[in-house]
Amino acid sequence: MRIDCPNCGSRDRREFQYLGAAVLMDRPAPDAGEQAFVEYVYFRENPAGAHRELWLHEMGCRSWIVAERNMGTHEFASTRLAADVKRGAK
Amino acid sequence: MSRLTSGGQIDRTQPLRFSFDGKSLAGFKGDTLASALLANDIRLVGRSFKYHRPRGILSAGSEEPNALMQLGQGDQTTPNVRATTQELYDGLIAASQNRFPSLAFDLLSVNDLMAPFFGAGFYYKTFMWPKSFWEKVYEPFIRRAAGLGRLSGKADRALYDKAFAHCDLLVIGGGPAGLMAALTAARGGLDVILADEDFAFGGRLNSETVEIAGQPGAGWAAQVVTELAGMANVRLMPRTTVTGAYDGGTYAALQRVSHHLADPADHLPLETFWRIAARRTILAGGAIERPIAFANNDRPGVMMASAVRSYANRFAVLPGQKISLFTNNDDGHRTALDLLRLGADIAAVVDTRGDVAAMGDYPLITGGQVTGTSGRLGLKSITVSSASGRLKVATDCLAVSGGWNPSVHLTCHMNGRPVWREDIAAFVPADNAIPGMRVAGAANGDFSTHAALSAGAAAAAEALGDLGKPAPATVFPAAEDAPIQLEPFWHFTGSKGRAWLDLQNDVTTKDVALAHRENFRSVEHMKRYTTLGMATDQGKTSNVGGLAVMADLTQRSIPETGTTTFRPPYSPVALGALGAHGAGKDFAPSRFLPSDALARELGAHFIEMGVWYRPSLFPQSGETHWRQTCDREMRMVRSAVGITDITPFGKIDVQGADAAVLLDLVYANTMSSLKQGRVRYGVMLREDGMALDDGTCARLGEDHFVLTTTAGAASDVFAHLEFCTQVLRPELDVQFFSVTDQWAQFSIAGPRSRELVSGLCDEDISNERIPYMACAEVTIGGIGCRLFRISFSGEQSYEIAIPARYGEALARELGQRAAALGGGWYGLEALNALRIEKGYLTHAEMTGQYTADALGIGGMVSAKKDCIGKVLSQRSALVGPGKMELIGLKPVSPLKQFSGGAFLFSQGARQVLGNEEGHVTSHCYSPSLDHVIAMAFLRDGRSRLGEHIIMKDNARGIEAVCEVCPMVHVDPDGERLRG
Amino acid sequence: MRYSAWEVFRNGLTGNKAWKPVWRDPEPKQRYDVVIVGGGGHGLATAYYLARVHGIRNVAVLERGYIGGGNSGRNTTIIRANYMSTANVKFYSHCIKLWENLEQELNYNVMFSQRGLVALGHSDGQMEAMARRANFCQLEGDGGEVWSLEECRRQMPYLNYDDPRFPIYGAHWHPNGGTARHDAVVWGYARGADRLGVDIIQNCAVQGFRIEAGKVVGVETSRGFIGTTKVGMAVAGRSGEVAAMAGFRLPIESHVLQAFVTEGLKPVLPTVIGFGMGHFYISQSDKGGLVFGGDLDGYNSYAQRGNLPMMEHVAEAGMALMPMIGKSKLLRSWGGINDMTMDGSPIIDRSPVENFFINTGWCYGGFKAITGGGDAFAHLIATGNYHPAADKFTLKRFETGELIDETGAGPRPGRH
Repeated sequence: MRIDCPNCGSRDRREFQYLGAAVLMDRPAPDAGEQAFVEYVYFRENPAGAHRELWLHEMGCRSWIVAERNMGTHEFASTRLAADVKRGAK
Repeated sequence: MSRLTSGGQIDRTQPLRFSFDGKSLAGFKGDTLASALLANDIRLVGRSFKYHRPRGILSAGSEEPNALMQLGQGDQTTPNVRATTQELYDGLIAASQNRFPSLAFDLLSVNDLMAPFFGAGFYYKTFMWPKSFWEKVYEPFIRRAAGLGRLSGKADRALYDKAFAHCDLLVIGGGPAGLMAALTAARGGLDVILADEDFAFGGRLNSETVEIAGQPGAGWAAQVVTELAGMANVRLMPRTTVTGAYDGGTYAALQRVSHHLADPADHLPLETFWRIAARRTILAGGAIERPIAFANNDRPGVMMASAVRSYANRFAVLPGQKISLFTNNDDGHRTALDLLRLGADIAAVVDTRGDVAAMGDYPLITGGQVTGTSGRLGLKSITVSSASGRLKVATDCLAVSGGWNPSVHLTCHMNGRPVWREDIAAFVPADNAIPGMRVAGAANGDFSTHAALSAGAAAAAEALGDLGKPAPATVFPAAEDAPIQLEPFWHFTGSKGRAWLDLQNDVTTKDVALAHRENFRSVEHMKRYTTLGMATDQGKTSNVGGLAVMADLTQRSIPETGTTTFRPPYSPVALGALGAHGAGKDFAPSRFLPSDALARELGAHFIEMGVWYRPSLFPQSGETHWRQTCDREMRMVRSAVGITDITPFGKIDVQGADAAVLLDLVYANTMSSLKQGRVRYGVMLREDGMALDDGTCARLGEDHFVLTTTAGAASDVFAHLEFCTQVLRPELDVQFFSVTDQWAQFSIAGPRSRELVSGLCDEDISNERIPYMACAEVTIGGIGCRLFRISFSGEQSYEIAIPARYGEALARELGQRAAALGGGWYGLEALNALRIEKGYLTHAEMTGQYTADALGIGGMVSAKKDCIGKVLSQRSALVGPGKMELIGLKPVSPLKQFSGGAFLFSQGARQVLGNEEGHVTSHCYSPSLDHVIAMAFLRDGRSRLGEHIIMKDNARGIEAVCEVCPMVHVDPDGERLRG
Repeated sequence: MRYSAWEVFRNGLTGNKAWKPVWRDPEPKQRYDVVIVGGGGHGLATAYYLARVHGIRNVAVLERGYIGGGNSGRNTTIIRANYMSTANVKFYSHCIKLWENLEQELNYNVMFSQRGLVALGHSDGQMEAMARRANFCQLEGDGGEVWSLEECRRQMPYLNYDDPRFPIYGAHWHPNGGTARHDAVVWGYARGADRLGVDIIQNCAVQGFRIEAGKVVGVETSRGFIGTTKVGMAVAGRSGEVAAMAGFRLPIESHVLQAFVTEGLKPVLPTVIGFGMGHFYISQSDKGGLVFGGDLDGYNSYAQRGNLPMMEHVAEAGMALMPMIGKSKLLRSWGGINDMTMDGSPIIDRSPVENFFINTGWCYGGFKAITGGGDAFAHLIATGNYHPAADKFTLKRFETGELIDETGAGPRPGRH
């Protein structure tokens, strides 16, 4: 498996660490309540197709990356710096 | 001798000696072990898995199910080597497998007589009585009978290697299609890797008599290889099997570097495991000829027709004196012609087709079928049925051709399902089964030489186009372009004898019929029930045949019945190669302390802490038990001064206007209120509320902090901070960097620590200037250092961080100064015990399963601000009654030692699962108290101080009554810390 | 037909023509009392126990492909109960007790081989964890010892004691652990359930659920609508998708776990060995192949296949632990989809949809739980109450914080 790091280009998967679904970007407000945090931390769509997810280019530029990847085929549709995605979302 | 006096691609000037089952034999360079055995008239080479049937060489390639050998002797012996791919070298020692006492007389061949009772899956129906006999009697017997070759049980000492390669185009297979593809792509300017599992490029061209561009095919191949070898953008990889296709254009390949050498140089690995990243790939892996199932089609001497041509044309060996052929296509006839040309005696050509004519001067039986054979240890005759009746034909070699199966294997590795092509009665690769891969030649069902050449060139041109390069003008060499003439014929159903499908696992057409009868009709069920295709050849010659039999039984077409699928690896890969560099110390990186050399000089004992090697003890002469050393080191720290190297603690340098904002988010307690020049103990939580790590946070400036983490959590904490700043709060103005490796750090602890440090630092470090929990930038011998007044022993204590390159020098200086003060070095054993005495957490408590409250530091979670993990740490079961709480334990009556992992029970409670109320985490002997102490998790523990409780360790047979007590045993008011 | 040595003999004499289908292939009925979605080990075992223990025989098991085609046939066949939490020890110990009588109960030889399992320790701290495992096992009457280094050398002379990166300090010996023939477990339960009247319906894909007023009333399938009073979901690897059809989410990510087998070899490895420091475990099958595995690949996947980094790491760990296996050859590798829960422990519970029950989240340990999982799930479906051996495997625990997190990895399923 190879991953396109927006900074470093195509790199072997061994350089990266996987975290989980990109919903982890959307931390609830501190006063959103316990249930909101339970949903945020534990519950997942877990789709068999396209999946937005977070990877860390651990052995490279150490950027957190938002990747869109197909969970059925492992094919990457896109990779973007998480910081850019987060800033853009604002 | 069956060796021809001339021809072939063997080097008759280089004779080689080898042995098989103790018998000394001769061959030539260029032979495989199989061809050399055949040249020595050896036909019986092995015994089958289940019935121990005598078996001979079937094929001339890696698909071989029968000719598996034990190679070499002694503790480096290698099992299950395919004689058909093993190159002969001088001194090779081979032995047959799975037989006792000898290959010709094998006691377990009695299994064959029991065959009526040993059909598919019989073992699921019996061996159940009496119950206790499975492990004691049946299973050991089955295990001994099963298996093929053997391991020596001793370490494999061979050298294996791993490597990465990158290319524009990977061409898999060096036959006509692959060579043409590689040539076209290389001339077009691509970086090309051409890999072939054979030691000679050319593929079938080496085994056939076809011509290309007016010259023998093998000669054309050699010419192309010469051109490719001269190009800087081409890497030729013979003896290299591409074993798997993975995501993103990554391929695995196994290169057999020195298996063929009698005396390889020391530096040469036996094998190298390659990871090849290819932008485009062309699979030109050819096709595998398939057998036909008929009664007793498994006798030594029954071979694939293509293998017979290989042995005759390439290796100059006639596999029989009187050869017969059984075919459903023209290849059988081609074989007869080749053999005739080499002077062989053709007993008969049996063709299942009715309307064919002989292509040469050989007896032909049309519309015929081979219905049986004779010859226990080697073929003697075949029985042929045709319109003109039954006929017995004397023959010692039967060449069988049932058509060809394209080598679709790699195209299945990413879940591609091959599709059925009716005209060639075979599965071909699905389109785009592997992203970036094209399939050319026989692997795609293009069987003629011309078709292979043009498909190879076309695939390369497309790959060039993909990568933005024009295709070079290529002149196709002229070659035969015979259409395939085939009438599907899979198995003969009329006779009573067993017709074999999977020769290694002994699966017959009757087994498939039984599977059908018992409703194992899905192809996967049939396969798993009968074990068809699950042997070392993974069904390369048997899967489609089994499918055809099942299709007949269910009266469906083959594609309706199912498809074949294959998983990596294409052919088996030694674990030594796949796990290269795993053996011994290389399994994980090794990290050494700045003071490592000094500690070794001092005779320290080391232990592995993650990837670090750290001293556990610094024994002195006369100390015979680790406890003596540990106790002395602890007393030394409590009474004088001790030094220890704490460099492995994670160190993170955080700077920026929003540094404090970040730290308030990640620490449960507040760091923004920390004053410059001060240090605070902190705890970080995960978002689920459990403690992630504890450590210290020092504020060196308004916008400058230095954090420490535990050694084990250093990388996780760093990634967590990056997550918080890049993913959650990218707007924060904060930068940080791991400086674990940049700073060597030492702890100096004990009542005489200030004495030691003050003589060392150029600055005043009095208690007034550097009080407890202060920090400062200081200089030592003019070198900028950082000084922290923090402690994990409960003693007056300092930590000095110095640029790593001065670490060893400082360590030596510290050691000398400590010795002068009656102190010295101490190891991890003492360090942990000092922590436990003081009630400080160890890694045995910080396991990711407990909240700050459970750890007794819940008060640190600030009520005034948000932090990661705060909300979920308040969930009902984490704050309600019955929650786990960390407490101290001390013995009520004398106890030799507490027991890590022991359970705690209330007195009088039944000691059964569910009644346990906690467990011991850390424990030590306390020299200060002169008895053992422990930390433990206990339900509602903090409200049970003073209670007597049972500690029970069944596994070690220890039971004791203990008292629940506070965790802090030494200096509860912290006077020593502040002193 | 009852299986026995006598039947094997008698049928052998008559050409094995009289054997009957191991299970029928019936057409689906319009309505069942219980529909089990998923024809793997857990689904079939659940149907079997519904019929045998609770007398509920009007049951269908719906399987999209062929029975046992998912994780039941893709695992490394290890059975053990040496866990580190009360909830798991209680449950898996119950499983082992069911395994011990399974062959006689099903009249099918699933080759349950209690050859014992060794878990190695590589530090004092790990040895204390091993002691805790052993103590848990002993509390539940499953035996369990702590082996010294000397005992390890005696029992396993082929391990690397000479130049290891992580020296062996000792081990936890779990005598009740072992292996079983995975496919046979599926077929044995299928045969048992079928004989009690359960309809096993293969090639029947579930396409949706009919839910009325928050209550499930039937299943839409590729073979038509099937009405039912209760639905039991046991679709390891696909739980997220099936739950989505019923309109709820789970605390689960799907991950790929690879497994590996070598060519057949004469016996060299009598027990199961776990090398925690290298994330590696290995046993030798009765056919002679070394069966081994390691960690998850580490990313979400439904592809049933893995990649090279983990494959290589596993082989490296094997070479680190027992360098004698260097000359054995990897024959086949495959991948299974693991329903990884956020605390690494399973869920057997009701769902947000009434009468819709879920058996999921077995992570990479579902095979050994087939017996107890089927039993406990049938109990819940039939009685509406949690089985006493599985009463902590609730969905609610993620809200209350009563998590069963054996490794302490937290809500990061790929690390459990």
